Amino acid sequence: MDETNKPLHEINHILVWAGFKQLVPISLFVVIFGAAFGLAATQTGLDDSVIVMMSTLVFAGAAQFAVLDLWGPSVPVIPLVVTVFAINARHLLMGATLYPWLSQLAPARRYGIMLVASDANWAMSLQAFSRGQAGMGILFGGGLALWSFWIVGTWLGIYFGSAISNPKSLGLDMVMACFLLAMVVGGDKNLRMLIIWIVAASSSLLAYWYLPKNSHVVVGALAGGLLGALWMDKNHER
Amino acid sequence: MNVETAGLGAFFIIAIMAVVTLATRWGGVYIMSFVPISYRVKQFVSAMSGSVLIALLAPLAIEGDNGARLALLTTAATMLVFKKPLPAIAAGIVAAAVFRQF
Repeated sequence: MDETNKPLHEINHILVWAGFKQLVPISLFVVIFGAAFGLAATQTGLDDSVIVMMSTLVFAGAAQFAVLDLWGPSVPVIPLVVTVFAINARHLLMGATLYPWLSQLAPARRYGIMLVASDANWAMSLQAFSRGQAGMGILFGGGLALWSFWIVGTWLGIYFGSAISNPKSLGLDMVMACFLLAMVVGGDKNLRMLIIWIVAASSSLLAYWYLPKNSHVVVGALAGGLLGALWMDKNHER
Repeated sequence: MNVETAGLGAFFIIAIMAVVTLATRWGGVYIMSFVPISYRVKQFVSAMSGSVLIALLAPLAIEGDNGARLALLTTAATMLVFKKPLPAIAAGIVAAAVFRQF
């Protein structure tokens, strides 16, 4: 995490395009997710234009699926806000983890880039930064790839959704989980990190079982983060 | 308080979702702009970054079906051996798909 020597926060068209291309393979799977959402939303009874607009403006798959469960002749506002906030609260943590590099940018760029922050481009850009590579192109360009493929997928699902009636039997529900796991396994591994992960996993599970719905990601992440702050890595470059 | 989903109500619901989601995308960055970046804060943030993923995956691994478990196991093993994400993801998905055929 030495961001002082090289401008890791650098961002230009070349980096954005490279980041876009780097996220295209995983974005192809996002199309399938999007199609699954488009299909589910049609079946819930949402209008086509409403569905496409939701994917375009919200761009948060898990939260969008959850809102379909609340959908009826009317939608209760407080549960809507709580559900969307709880599921997307991990974005708060993502923004915080990227702050050391985002802070080098002017506020307009900083917040502009965060418009398309999502799990996959966040994980890949953070990995790039921690290896000492420029990551902003991956974050923004990759985010644009995920966002546009998400919208296209949603649209395809509305019109051709019945073609993938059972994505689960093809293992497609596991794409994002496998991707994120590959990011974890590909990152730094040492005894300290392993123990932090065990604490994060146990806290997440306890929250999953005993605390309100959707709180487990935040609880687990904060527990891991706090342990990391208390038990600091001694071999570091300051 | 309820919002009708007929007509313009649906767009109002989307607006609420969009604003809440945007608040989460911007909020973490905004809050951090008030926190001095000490070494301890960096350690907190870097420990948290892996923990977010672990916390997301733990219930899937424990509560998911055997297909999901096998997918995660296969991805982790492939990643450890080959250190390349795409083959690891593909192997995991194939494992789940094959397992669920039976």
